[in-house]
Amino acid sequence: MAILELKNIYKTYNPTKEDKGEILNNINLSIKEGEFVAIVGFSGSGKTTLVNLINGLLKPTEGEVLFKSKIVEDTSHERGVIFQNYSLLPWLTVYQNIDMALQEAFPKASKQEKDVRVKEYIEMVGLTHATNKRPKELSGGMRQRVSVARALCMDPEMIIMDEPLGALDALTRGNLQDEILKIWERNKRTALLITNDVDEAMYMADRIIPLKPGPNATLGPEFKVNIARPRNKASLNDNAEYKKTRNEIIAYLMDLGDEQAAGNDSHYELPDIQPRDYRW
Amino acid sequence: MSTVAKHIETQKFPANEVMLDLVDLKKIYPTPKGDYVVLEDLNLQIRKEEFITIIGHSGCGKTTMLSMIAGLNEISGGKITVLGSSIKGPGPDRGVIFQSPSLMPWLTTIDNVMLGVKQAYPHATKKQKEDICKYYLHKVGMDCAFNKRASEISQGEQQRVGIARAFAIKPKVLLLDEPFGMLDSLTRGQLQDVLIDVWNKEKITAVMITHDVDEAIFLADRVVMMTSGPKAKIGDVLPIEFERPRTRKAILEHDDYYKYRKHLIDFLEH
Repeated sequence: MAILELKNIYKTYNPTKEDKGEILNNINLSIKEGEFVAIVGFSGSGKTTLVNLINGLLKPTEGEVLFKSKIVEDTSHERGVIFQNYSLLPWLTVYQNIDMALQEAFPKASKQEKDVRVKEYIEMVGLTHATNKRPKELSGGMRQRVSVARALCMDPEMIIMDEPLGALDALTRGNLQDEILKIWERNKRTALLITNDVDEAMYMADRIIPLKPGPNATLGPEFKVNIARPRNKASLNDNAEYKKTRNEIIAYLMDLGDEQAAGNDSHYELPDIQPRDYRW
Repeated sequence: MSTVAKHIETQKFPANEVMLDLVDLKKIYPTPKGDYVVLEDLNLQIRKEEFITIIGHSGCGKTTMLSMIAGLNEISGGKITVLGSSIKGPGPDRGVIFQSPSLMPWLTTIDNVMLGVKQAYPHATKKQKEDICKYYLHKVGMDCAFNKRASEISQGEQQRVGIARAFAIKPKVLLLDEPFGMLDSLTRGQLQDVLIDVWNKEKITAVMITHDVDEAIFLADRVVMMTSGPKAKIGDVLPIEFERPRTRKAILEHDDYYKYRKHLIDFLEH
């Protein structure tokens, strides 16, 4: 059964204009319960807009977003979101940021239960030593790990990730990919990953769908990843199915990129002038 | 934690070649449990027109160091000099590109770039200023969105506008904090080329943090490796001796490429 359905979605930020699909143009998507779907696309193709429509922060100009057959009207802890820009509350500590999400998701849980859970998730993302630090005392990578812990601790029915690991170093990135997969598998959750990294999509998803570059972004043809789980990064490189699907997707994206670049032949002259000379 | 954390004799250059000099740099963040020493005994000389990339684990203090060079973060000990004079706060001689875009959301892309251009080119005509903005927005592939507000474009696009803004003022020193982290690999490659192009043409000194080892090698004259904090310092420095202009393809096929790559990855994994 489809847990999430997008039906004929159009989105523009400028409703006075004629073009109702300026950003997103007729998006149709159905995600089954328990599925892991990845959407890959270039920057500026409308990925974040799509995520915000699904999590309820934005409303489509036309069309419907259905979650468990109900129209999405608002945000909900049933859909946990890991944002690109972390979105932590700067005045709260790591512990408090996560605890706040838990209170929203499990208002009836005892203080002690929550405490155990907060600590469990902080440990999972390797931040136990930073439990009482505030976001500004943490590096970008560490902040994103807090954001991952915050989304996952609510045990959402659907995990929505908007380029969550883009700014992390390779080591942390691999660890978090595995943690996300573990939770998704253990709890039989549904996941939607937005990413620009084809390898990340191949490692994590059942299905990969490209989002063609905006304006008027639409979804491209889907690619199935028929590789048994658990997948092993080291051996993936030698897997024939992996190489084949990876090459297909990259070829498709490269073609899209070339089309876009070919459309731009404008030229601008740089005036021959230097900045003011600064004296220290 | 690792054997590479031993003291590295940092290379010294003749004073007239040095653009940036970090001397016994120290950074302390006070915490309720006492002082947290992020950086200690950090020494690094960067020559004029050099391209330096910095790698290290997340949380080791890379951003702290860069923001201190930018003059945005107080120095707890030691000193930083630009062309021999100690820095006192931020200045237009040092342009910064942050990890995430820092635009004024209510201004158009052109006006965001114009903010910097007005400061740097008070003697230019209105037309010249506009042309400078347009030229650099075009360079980063944003010429389709001159009149869009920052709030109307995606984060990746905002990041590109931020890059155009920093380029447009032609700073003597360009400080880049993982500028391409949030971009897709295709755009990233394009912008690396733009960066090298501008760096080369304008004789800029560039210091860039990255977590992408391939990017670090492709761009740098020297890759600086920072040890893990607390008390992070320079762990190792790897000169990259590929000739310029470089192409990705030629570098990937070069015999030394995987030697360099292994050196950096070994450092990161220990």
